[in-house]
Amino acid sequence: MRQRIRYLSSPPSFVSFAAVGGREEGQGPLGPCFDHLDPSDRFGQTSWERAEGEMGRIALNFALKKASLSPQQLSVLFAGDLQNQCVASSGGLYSFGIPYIGLYGACSTCTEGLLSLSVWLSEQADRQDVMGAAVTTSHNCAAERQFRQPIEYGGQRPPSAQWTATAAGAFILGSREGDVRITEVCPGKIVDGEISDATNMGAAMAPAAVDTLLTYMQQSGRAPSSFDAIVTGDLGAVGTSLLQEMLLEEGIDVRQNHLDCGNLLFDSERQDVHSGGSGCGCSASVLATHILPALMRAEMKDVLFLSTGALMSTSSVQQGEHIFGIAPLIRIQRF
Amino acid sequence: MKNEPYTSRIRRHTPPSPTKKNCLFAFLIGGGICFAGQWLLYLYEALGATRDDASTLVTVTLIFLSALLTGIGVYDRIARVAGAGTLVPVTGFANAVVSPAIDTKQEGFILGVGAKIFTVAGPVILYGVLCGAVYGVLYSVILWFV
Repeated sequence: MRQRIRYLSSPPSFVSFAAVGGREEGQGPLGPCFDHLDPSDRFGQTSWERAEGEMGRIALNFALKKASLSPQQLSVLFAGDLQNQCVASSGGLYSFGIPYIGLYGACSTCTEGLLSLSVWLSEQADRQDVMGAAVTTSHNCAAERQFRQPIEYGGQRPPSAQWTATAAGAFILGSREGDVRITEVCPGKIVDGEISDATNMGAAMAPAAVDTLLTYMQQSGRAPSSFDAIVTGDLGAVGTSLLQEMLLEEGIDVRQNHLDCGNLLFDSERQDVHSGGSGCGCSASVLATHILPALMRAEMKDVLFLSTGALMSTSSVQQGEHIFGIAPLIRIQRF
Repeated sequence: MKNEPYTSRIRRHTPPSPTKKNCLFAFLIGGGICFAGQWLLYLYEALGATRDDASTLVTVTLIFLSALLTGIGVYDRIARVAGAGTLVPVTGFANAVVSPAIDTKQEGFILGVGAKIFTVAGPVILYGVLCGAVYGVLYSVILWFV
Protein backbone atom coordinates (compact mmCIF):
# COMPACT_ATOMS: atom_id res chain seq x y z
CA MET A 1 0.00 0.00 0.00
CA ARG A 2 1.14 3.53 -0.77
CA GLN A 3 2.60 5.16 2.32
CA ARG A 4 0.74 8.40 2.92
CA ILE A 5 2.01 9.41 6.34
CA ARG A 6 5.32 11.18 6.46
CA TYR A 7 7.17 10.92 9.78
CA LEU A 8 9.27 14.05 10.15
CA SER A 9 12.79 13.09 11.16
CA SER A 10 13.43 16.47 12.80
CA PRO A 11 10.01 17.70 13.84
CA PRO A 12 9.76 21.50 13.72
CA SER A 13 8.27 23.27 16.73
CA PHE A 14 5.80 26.07 17.21
CA VAL A 15 7.66 29.28 18.07
CA SER A 16 4.69 31.60 18.17
CA PHE A 17 1.14 31.97 16.90
CA ALA A 18 -1.65 34.54 16.83
CA ALA A 19 -5.29 34.87 15.82
CA VAL A 20 -7.38 37.77 14.58
CA GLY A 21 -11.17 37.81 14.36
CA GLY A 22 -14.23 39.87 13.57
CA ARG A 23 -17.51 40.64 15.32
CA GLU A 24 -19.14 37.20 15.35
CA GLU A 25 -15.88 35.53 16.35
CA GLY A 26 -15.50 37.99 19.23
CA GLN A 27 -18.98 37.12 20.45
CA GLY A 28 -18.28 33.40 20.19
CA PRO A 29 -17.00 31.13 22.98
CA LEU A 30 -13.36 31.69 21.95
CA GLY A 31 -13.71 35.49 21.73
CA PRO A 32 -11.49 36.30 24.75
CA CYS A 33 -8.66 34.14 23.35
CA PHE A 34 -8.12 36.19 20.17
CA ASP A 35 -5.13 38.54 19.97
CA HIS A 36 -7.06 41.15 18.05
CA LEU A 37 -10.76 41.65 17.35
CA ASP A 38 -12.47 44.25 15.20
CA PRO A 39 -16.23 44.46 15.86
CA SER A 40 -16.67 46.41 12.61
CA ASP A 41 -15.09 43.59 10.54
CA ARG A 42 -13.38 46.38 8.54
CA PHE A 43 -9.90 46.35 10.10
CA GLY A 44 -9.52 49.99 9.06
CA GLN A 45 -9.84 49.19 5.36
CA THR A 46 -12.14 50.51 2.64
CA SER A 47 -13.11 47.13 1.16
CA TRP A 48 -13.80 43.67 2.58
CA GLU A 49 -11.11 42.22 0.32
CA ARG A 50 -8.49 44.58 1.73
CA ALA A 51 -9.78 43.84 5.23
CA GLU A 52 -9.02 40.15 4.71
CA GLY A 53 -5.45 40.95 3.68
CA GLU A 54 -5.07 43.27 6.64
CA MET A 55 -6.18 40.52 9.02
CA GLY A 56 -3.33 38.34 7.79
CA ARG A 57 -0.89 41.20 8.26
CA ILE A 58 -2.10 41.92 11.80
CA ALA A 59 -1.99 38.21 12.73
CA LEU A 60 1.57 37.72 11.49
CA ASN A 61 2.61 40.96 13.20
CA PHE A 62 1.27 39.68 16.52
CA ALA A 63 2.99 36.33 16.06
CA LEU A 64 6.30 38.08 15.31
CA LYS A 65 5.93 40.44 18.28
CA LYS A 66 5.11 37.66 20.74
CA ALA A 67 8.42 35.97 19.92
CA SER A 68 10.33 39.26 19.53
CA LEU A 69 11.20 38.37 15.97
CA SER A 70 11.65 40.52 12.90
CA PRO A 71 10.35 39.49 9.44
CA GLN A 72 13.96 39.18 8.24
CA GLN A 73 14.40 36.18 10.53
CA LEU A 74 11.77 34.17 8.65
CA SER A 75 13.02 32.22 5.65
CA VAL A 76 9.71 31.35 4.09
CA LEU A 77 6.03 32.19 4.28
CA PHE A 78 3.25 29.81 3.22
CA ALA A 79 -0.08 31.59 3.01
CA GLY A 80 -3.52 31.30 1.50
CA ASP A 81 -7.04 32.68 1.72
CA LEU A 82 -10.44 32.35 0.11
CA GLN A 83 -10.26 35.07 -2.51
CA ASN A 84 -9.74 34.52 -6.22
CA GLN A 85 -6.04 34.04 -6.97
CA CYS A 86 -5.32 34.42 -3.21
CA VAL A 87 -4.96 38.19 -3.48
CA ALA A 88 -5.66 38.72 0.22
CA SER A 89 -2.43 36.92 1.12
CA SER A 90 -0.27 38.59 -1.51
CA GLY A 91 -1.73 42.05 -0.81
CA GLY A 92 -1.73 41.74 2.97
CA LEU A 93 1.65 40.09 3.42
CA TYR A 94 3.86 41.67 0.74
CA SER A 95 5.13 44.37 3.12
CA PHE A 96 6.94 41.78 5.26
CA GLY A 97 9.29 40.95 2.40
CA ILE A 98 9.42 37.27 3.35
CA PRO A 99 9.89 34.73 0.50
CA TYR A 100 6.33 33.67 -0.17
CA ILE A 101 4.58 30.58 -1.46
CA GLY A 102 0.85 31.08 -2.08
CA LEU A 103 -1.49 28.22 -1.31
CA TYR A 104 -5.02 27.31 -2.23
CA GLY A 105 -6.77 24.54 -0.37
CA ALA A 106 -10.15 26.18 0.22
CA CYS A 107 -10.92 25.71 3.93
CA SER A 108 -8.05 23.22 4.29
CA THR A 109 -5.43 25.93 3.73
CA CYS A 110 -4.36 26.15 7.37
CA THR A 111 -3.28 22.52 7.55
CA GLU A 112 -1.92 22.67 3.99
CA GLY A 113 0.30 25.58 5.05
CA LEU A 114 1.49 23.94 8.26
CA LEU A 115 2.11 20.67 6.44
CA SER A 116 4.18 22.37 3.74
CA LEU A 117 6.07 24.51 6.23
CA SER A 118 6.88 21.64 8.59
CA VAL A 119 8.22 19.47 5.76
CA TRP A 120 10.25 22.44 4.51
CA LEU A 121 11.73 23.06 7.96
CA SER A 122 12.31 19.40 8.69
CA GLU A 123 14.53 19.19 5.60
CA GLN A 124 16.72 21.97 6.99
CA ALA A 125 17.11 20.79 10.53
CA ASP A 126 20.90 20.56 10.30
CA ARG A 127 20.98 24.35 10.29
CA GLN A 128 20.04 25.94 13.57
CA ASP A 129 17.26 28.47 13.90
CA VAL A 130 15.61 28.27 10.54
CA MET A 131 12.15 29.71 10.90
CA GLY A 132 9.14 30.16 8.67
CA ALA A 133 5.50 31.16 8.94
CA ALA A 134 2.12 29.92 7.77
CA VAL A 135 -0.75 32.40 7.54
CA THR A 136 -4.39 31.73 6.69
CA THR A 137 -7.27 34.18 6.37
CA SER A 138 -10.93 34.23 5.45
CA HIS A 139 -13.45 37.06 5.61
CA ASN A 140 -17.18 36.48 5.76
CA CYS A 141 -18.14 39.50 3.66
CA ALA A 142 -15.47 38.93 0.99
CA ALA A 143 -16.55 35.28 0.73
CA GLU A 144 -20.27 36.11 0.64
CA ARG A 145 -19.63 38.58 -2.16
CA GLN A 146 -17.54 36.14 -4.13
CA PHE A 147 -19.42 32.89 -3.62
CA ARG A 148 -22.98 33.74 -2.63
CA GLN A 149 -25.19 36.83 -2.54
CA PRO A 150 -24.56 40.54 -1.96
CA ILE A 151 -24.02 41.13 1.74
CA GLU A 152 -27.20 43.16 2.32
CA TYR A 153 -29.36 40.81 0.26
CA GLY A 154 -32.24 39.51 2.36
CA GLY A 155 -32.63 35.77 2.13
CA GLN A 156 -33.01 32.68 4.26
CA ARG A 157 -30.33 30.03 4.43
CA PRO A 158 -31.05 26.34 4.98
CA PRO A 159 -30.06 24.79 8.33
CA SER A 160 -27.16 22.96 6.67
CA ALA A 161 -25.49 26.22 5.54
CA GLN A 162 -22.40 27.38 7.40
CA TRP A 163 -21.02 30.78 8.33
CA THR A 164 -17.67 31.76 6.81
CA ALA A 165 -15.48 32.96 9.65
CA THR A 166 -13.91 36.41 9.58
CA ALA A 167 -10.69 35.17 11.07
CA ALA A 168 -7.00 34.76 10.51
CA GLY A 169 -4.31 32.61 12.07
CA ALA A 170 -0.56 33.06 11.84
CA PHE A 171 1.93 30.42 12.97
CA ILE A 172 5.70 30.69 13.22
CA LEU A 173 7.57 27.40 13.27
CA GLY A 174 11.26 26.81 13.78
CA SER A 175 13.62 23.92 13.17
CA ARG A 176 15.01 24.28 16.69
CA GLU A 177 13.63 21.92 19.32
CA GLY A 178 10.61 23.15 21.24
CA ASP A 179 7.78 21.88 23.41
CA VAL A 180 5.05 21.59 20.80
CA ARG A 181 6.00 20.01 17.49
CA ILE A 182 4.52 18.77 14.26
CA THR A 183 5.73 15.20 14.10
CA GLU A 184 3.77 13.62 11.28
CA VAL A 185 1.98 14.85 8.19
CA CYS A 186 -0.46 13.14 5.88
CA PRO A 187 -1.68 14.91 2.72
CA GLY A 188 -5.34 14.61 1.77
CA LYS A 189 -6.77 12.93 -1.29
CA ILE A 190 -9.31 14.67 -3.54
CA VAL A 191 -12.53 12.90 -2.64
CA ASP A 192 -15.77 13.13 -4.59
CA GLY A 193 -18.83 12.79 -2.37
CA GLU A 194 -20.99 13.55 -5.42
CA ILE A 195 -22.39 16.65 -3.78
CA SER A 196 -23.24 19.73 -5.82
CA ASP A 197 -25.21 21.60 -3.15
CA ALA A 198 -23.08 24.58 -2.08
CA THR A 199 -25.24 25.07 1.02
CA ASN A 200 -24.16 21.72 2.46
CA MET A 201 -20.37 21.95 2.60
CA GLY A 202 -20.12 19.73 5.66
CA ALA A 203 -21.56 16.86 3.63
CA ALA A 204 -19.17 17.58 0.76
CA MET A 205 -16.11 17.53 3.02
CA ALA A 206 -16.96 14.69 5.44
CA PRO A 207 -15.95 11.85 3.02
CA ALA A 208 -12.49 13.43 2.60
CA ALA A 209 -11.99 13.58 6.37
CA VAL A 210 -13.14 9.96 6.63
CA ASP A 211 -10.64 8.93 3.94
CA THR A 212 -7.71 10.69 5.62
CA LEU A 213 -8.53 9.44 9.12
CA LEU A 214 -9.10 5.86 7.98
CA THR A 215 -5.81 5.86 6.09
CA TYR A 216 -3.99 7.44 9.01
CA MET A 217 -5.35 4.95 11.57
CA GLN A 218 -4.59 2.00 9.29
CA GLN A 219 -1.07 3.06 8.36
CA SER A 220 -0.01 4.33 11.78
CA GLY A 221 -1.60 1.42 13.61
CA ARG A 222 -2.90 3.76 16.29
CA ALA A 223 -6.38 3.92 17.77
CA PRO A 224 -8.37 7.16 18.03
CA SER A 225 -8.29 6.83 21.82
CA SER A 226 -4.51 7.34 21.86
CA PHE A 227 -5.03 11.00 20.96
CA ASP A 228 -6.24 13.75 23.27
CA ALA A 229 -8.23 15.21 20.42
CA ILE A 230 -8.95 14.60 16.76
CA VAL A 231 -9.73 18.03 15.41
CA THR A 232 -11.45 18.59 12.07
CA GLY A 233 -11.59 21.96 10.35
CA ASP A 234 -15.09 23.04 9.51
CA LEU A 235 -17.45 20.12 9.07
CA GLY A 236 -20.08 21.87 11.17
CA ALA A 237 -22.96 20.04 12.84
CA VAL A 238 -24.08 18.13 9.73
CA GLY A 239 -20.57 17.11 8.63
CA THR A 240 -19.63 16.13 12.18
CA SER A 241 -22.49 13.67 12.56
CA LEU A 242 -21.79 12.27 9.07
CA LEU A 243 -18.09 11.81 9.87
CA GLN A 244 -18.69 10.12 13.20
CA GLU A 245 -21.25 7.73 11.74
CA MET A 246 -19.16 6.78 8.71
CA LEU A 247 -16.05 6.19 10.82
CA LEU A 248 -18.03 4.12 13.30
CA GLU A 249 -19.19 1.85 10.48
CA GLU A 250 -15.52 1.30 9.65
CA GLY A 251 -14.89 0.34 13.26
CA ILE A 252 -13.32 3.61 14.31
CA ASP A 253 -15.00 5.41 17.17
CA VAL A 254 -13.99 9.06 17.42
CA ARG A 255 -17.05 10.26 19.32
CA GLN A 256 -15.16 10.65 22.59
CA ASN A 257 -12.39 12.96 21.42
CA HIS A 258 -13.51 14.43 18.12
CA LEU A 259 -13.72 18.22 18.00
CA ASP A 260 -14.73 20.34 15.04
CA CYS A 261 -13.48 23.91 14.73
CA GLY A 262 -16.74 24.91 13.03
CA ASN A 263 -18.61 23.90 16.19
CA LEU A 264 -16.04 25.47 18.55
CA LEU A 265 -15.72 28.93 17.02
CA PHE A 266 -19.37 29.90 17.38
CA ASP A 267 -22.19 29.13 19.76
CA SER A 268 -24.85 27.90 17.35
CA GLU A 269 -27.56 28.25 20.02
CA ARG A 270 -26.87 31.95 20.45
CA GLN A 271 -25.37 32.94 17.09
CA ASP A 272 -27.14 32.70 13.73
CA VAL A 273 -24.55 30.47 12.08
CA HIS A 274 -26.80 27.48 11.26
CA SER A 275 -24.58 24.39 10.92
CA GLY A 276 -21.48 26.15 12.32
CA GLY A 277 -18.40 28.05 11.19
CA SER A 278 -16.46 27.51 7.98
CA GLY A 279 -13.77 29.18 5.90
CA CYS A 280 -10.06 28.61 6.16
CA GLY A 281 -9.80 31.19 8.96
CA CYS A 282 -12.07 28.98 11.07
CA SER A 283 -9.64 26.13 11.66
CA ALA A 284 -6.67 28.53 11.70
CA SER A 285 -8.12 30.70 14.45
CA VAL A 286 -9.40 27.78 16.52
CA LEU A 287 -5.95 26.17 16.34
CA ALA A 288 -4.35 29.42 17.54
CA THR A 289 -6.92 30.30 20.21
CA HIS A 290 -7.87 26.90 21.58
CA ILE A 291 -5.86 23.87 20.47
CA LEU A 292 -2.29 25.23 20.62
CA PRO A 293 -2.81 27.06 23.94
CA ALA A 294 -4.08 23.76 25.40
CA LEU A 295 -0.95 22.00 24.09
CA MET A 296 1.26 24.78 25.50
CA ARG A 297 -0.39 24.44 28.92
CA ALA A 298 0.06 20.65 28.67
CA GLU A 299 -3.70 20.10 28.90
CA MET A 300 -3.34 18.17 25.65
CA LYS A 301 -0.31 16.22 24.52
CA ASP A 302 -1.15 14.55 21.26
CA VAL A 303 -3.53 15.99 18.68
CA LEU A 304 -4.51 15.11 15.14
CA PHE A 305 -5.45 18.24 13.25
CA LEU A 306 -7.09 18.08 9.85
CA SER A 307 -8.63 21.07 8.14
CA THR A 308 -11.29 20.16 5.64
CA GLY A 309 -11.65 21.93 2.30
CA ALA A 310 -14.43 22.07 -0.28
CA LEU A 311 -12.77 22.46 -3.66
CA MET A 312 -15.06 24.47 -5.89
CA SER A 313 -15.52 27.79 -7.63
CA THR A 314 -18.61 29.86 -8.38
CA SER A 315 -18.50 28.69 -12.00
CA SER A 316 -18.07 25.02 -11.14
CA VAL A 317 -21.04 25.13 -8.74
CA GLN A 318 -23.25 26.98 -11.24
CA GLN A 319 -22.33 24.45 -13.90
CA GLY A 320 -23.49 21.67 -11.59
CA GLU A 321 -20.05 20.15 -11.04
CA HIS A 322 -19.40 18.13 -7.92
CA ILE A 323 -17.82 19.81 -4.93
CA PHE A 324 -14.69 17.83 -4.11
CA GLY A 325 -13.45 17.51 -0.58
CA ILE A 326 -9.91 17.36 0.79
CA ALA A 327 -8.54 16.88 4.29
CA PRO A 328 -4.78 17.07 4.92
CA LEU A 329 -3.67 16.02 8.40
CA ILE A 330 -0.89 16.94 10.79
CA ARG A 331 -0.04 15.39 14.12
CA ILE A 332 0.90 17.89 16.80
CA GLN A 333 2.62 16.56 19.91
CA ARG A 334 3.86 18.08 23.12
CA PHE A 335 7.19 16.84 24.40
CA MET B 1 -26.06 0.93 6.79
CA LYS B 2 -22.55 0.81 5.35
CA ASN B 3 -23.78 0.51 1.76
CA GLU B 4 -26.35 3.25 2.10
CA PRO B 5 -26.09 5.76 -0.78
CA TYR B 6 -24.37 8.92 0.42
CA THR B 7 -27.24 11.16 -0.70
CA SER B 8 -29.74 9.34 1.50
CA ARG B 9 -27.26 9.39 4.37
CA ILE B 10 -26.95 13.16 4.01
CA ARG B 11 -30.72 13.51 4.03
CA ARG B 12 -30.81 11.64 7.33
CA HIS B 13 -28.21 13.92 8.92
CA THR B 14 -29.38 17.28 7.54
CA PRO B 15 -32.03 18.97 9.63
CA PRO B 16 -35.01 20.09 7.52
CA SER B 17 -35.85 23.77 7.16
CA PRO B 18 -38.36 24.82 9.83
CA THR B 19 -41.16 25.14 7.25
CA LYS B 20 -44.02 25.78 9.68
CA LYS B 21 -42.14 28.54 11.49
CA ASN B 22 -40.95 30.05 8.19
CA CYS B 23 -44.50 30.06 6.79
CA LEU B 24 -45.90 31.68 9.93
CA PHE B 25 -43.31 34.49 9.93
CA ALA B 26 -43.64 34.96 6.16
CA PHE B 27 -47.40 35.30 6.62
CA LEU B 28 -47.14 37.70 9.57
CA ILE B 29 -44.38 39.95 8.22
CA GLY B 30 -45.43 39.77 4.55
CA GLY B 31 -49.02 40.35 5.59
CA GLY B 32 -47.86 43.22 7.81
CA ILE B 33 -46.13 44.89 4.84
CA CYS B 34 -49.31 44.56 2.74
CA PHE B 35 -51.38 45.83 5.66
CA ALA B 36 -49.12 48.88 5.94
CA GLY B 37 -49.39 49.34 2.16
CA GLN B 38 -53.17 49.34 2.36
CA TRP B 39 -53.16 52.00 5.09
CA LEU B 40 -50.68 54.07 3.08
CA LEU B 41 -53.13 53.87 0.17
CA TYR B 42 -55.95 55.21 2.39
CA LEU B 43 -53.61 57.93 3.68
CA TYR B 44 -52.61 59.12 0.19
CA GLU B 45 -56.24 59.06 -0.91
CA ALA B 46 -57.23 61.07 2.15
CA LEU B 47 -54.52 63.56 1.21
CA GLY B 48 -56.25 64.04 -2.13
CA ALA B 49 -54.53 61.61 -4.52
CA THR B 50 -56.62 59.61 -7.00
CA ARG B 51 -56.77 55.81 -6.56
CA ASP B 52 -54.20 55.29 -9.37
CA ASP B 53 -51.81 57.94 -8.07
CA ALA B 54 -52.19 56.70 -4.50
CA SER B 55 -51.27 53.13 -5.45
CA THR B 56 -48.20 54.37 -7.34
CA LEU B 57 -47.23 56.41 -4.28
CA VAL B 58 -47.61 53.32 -2.07
CA THR B 59 -45.24 51.36 -4.34
CA VAL B 60 -42.74 54.22 -4.34
CA THR B 61 -42.92 54.52 -0.56
CA LEU B 62 -42.39 50.79 0.03
CA ILE B 63 -39.49 50.69 -2.44
CA PHE B 64 -37.92 53.73 -0.77
CA LEU B 65 -38.27 52.23 2.71
CA SER B 66 -36.82 48.89 1.71
CA ALA B 67 -33.92 50.57 -0.12
CA LEU B 68 -33.29 52.67 2.99
CA LEU B 69 -33.42 49.65 5.29
CA THR B 70 -31.08 47.78 2.93
CA GLY B 71 -28.67 50.72 2.96
CA ILE B 72 -28.49 50.89 6.74
CA GLY B 73 -28.06 47.14 7.00
CA VAL B 74 -31.38 46.28 8.64
CA TYR B 75 -33.27 44.67 5.76
CA ASP B 76 -31.29 41.44 5.61
CA ARG B 77 -31.81 40.93 9.34
CA ILE B 78 -35.59 41.23 8.94
CA ALA B 79 -35.50 38.98 5.86
CA ARG B 80 -33.60 36.29 7.75
CA VAL B 81 -36.74 35.83 9.86
CA ALA B 82 -39.39 36.85 7.34
CA GLY B 83 -38.13 34.84 4.32
CA ALA B 84 -40.77 34.92 1.60
CA GLY B 85 -42.62 37.55 3.63
CA THR B 86 -40.11 40.20 2.59
CA LEU B 87 -39.15 38.55 -0.71
CA VAL B 88 -42.55 38.45 -2.40
CA PRO B 89 -43.79 42.05 -1.97
CA VAL B 90 -42.16 44.84 -3.99
CA THR B 91 -39.77 45.30 -1.04
CA GLY B 92 -37.89 42.12 -2.01
CA PHE B 93 -37.28 43.44 -5.50
CA ALA B 94 -35.97 46.76 -4.17
CA ASN B 95 -33.58 44.89 -1.86
CA ALA B 96 -32.42 42.67 -4.73
CA VAL B 97 -31.42 45.76 -6.73
CA VAL B 98 -30.02 47.93 -3.95
CA SER B 99 -27.89 45.26 -2.25
CA PRO B 100 -25.65 44.51 -5.28
CA ALA B 101 -25.41 48.25 -5.94
CA ILE B 102 -23.98 48.80 -2.44
CA ASP B 103 -21.80 45.73 -2.74
CA THR B 104 -20.14 46.62 -6.03
CA LYS B 105 -19.46 50.31 -5.37
CA GLN B 106 -15.81 49.40 -4.72
CA GLU B 107 -15.40 48.21 -8.31
CA GLY B 108 -16.49 51.62 -9.65
CA PHE B 109 -19.67 53.03 -11.13
CA ILE B 110 -19.26 51.47 -14.58
CA LEU B 111 -17.84 47.96 -14.09
CA GLY B 112 -19.14 47.72 -10.54
CA VAL B 113 -22.56 49.24 -9.92
CA GLY B 114 -23.44 49.68 -13.61
CA ALA B 115 -22.58 46.18 -14.68
CA LYS B 116 -23.62 44.26 -11.58
CA ILE B 117 -26.69 46.06 -10.21
CA PHE B 118 -29.03 43.48 -11.76
CA THR B 119 -27.08 40.35 -10.83
CA VAL B 120 -29.88 39.26 -8.49
CA ALA B 121 -32.91 40.94 -10.07
CA GLY B 122 -31.75 40.50 -13.69
CA PRO B 123 -33.37 37.10 -14.29
CA VAL B 124 -36.69 38.40 -12.91
CA ILE B 125 -36.54 41.45 -15.19
CA LEU B 126 -35.52 39.47 -18.29
CA TYR B 127 -38.00 36.66 -17.96
CA GLY B 128 -40.72 38.96 -16.62
CA VAL B 129 -40.48 41.14 -19.73
CA LEU B 130 -40.21 38.08 -21.96
CA CYS B 131 -43.31 36.48 -20.42
CA GLY B 132 -45.14 39.80 -20.77
CA ALA B 133 -44.30 39.94 -24.47
CA VAL B 134 -45.35 36.32 -25.08
CA TYR B 135 -48.56 36.81 -23.14
CA GLY B 136 -49.28 40.02 -25.08
CA VAL B 137 -48.92 38.22 -28.43
CA LEU B 138 -51.12 35.32 -27.27
CA TYR B 139 -53.71 37.73 -25.92
CA SER B 140 -53.92 39.67 -29.20
CA VAL B 141 -54.24 36.39 -31.14
CA ILE B 142 -57.05 35.27 -28.85
CA LEU B 143 -58.80 38.62 -29.33
CA TRP B 144 -58.97 37.95 -33.10
CA PHE B 145 -61.12 34.88 -32.52
CA VAL B 146 -63.52 36.26 -29.92
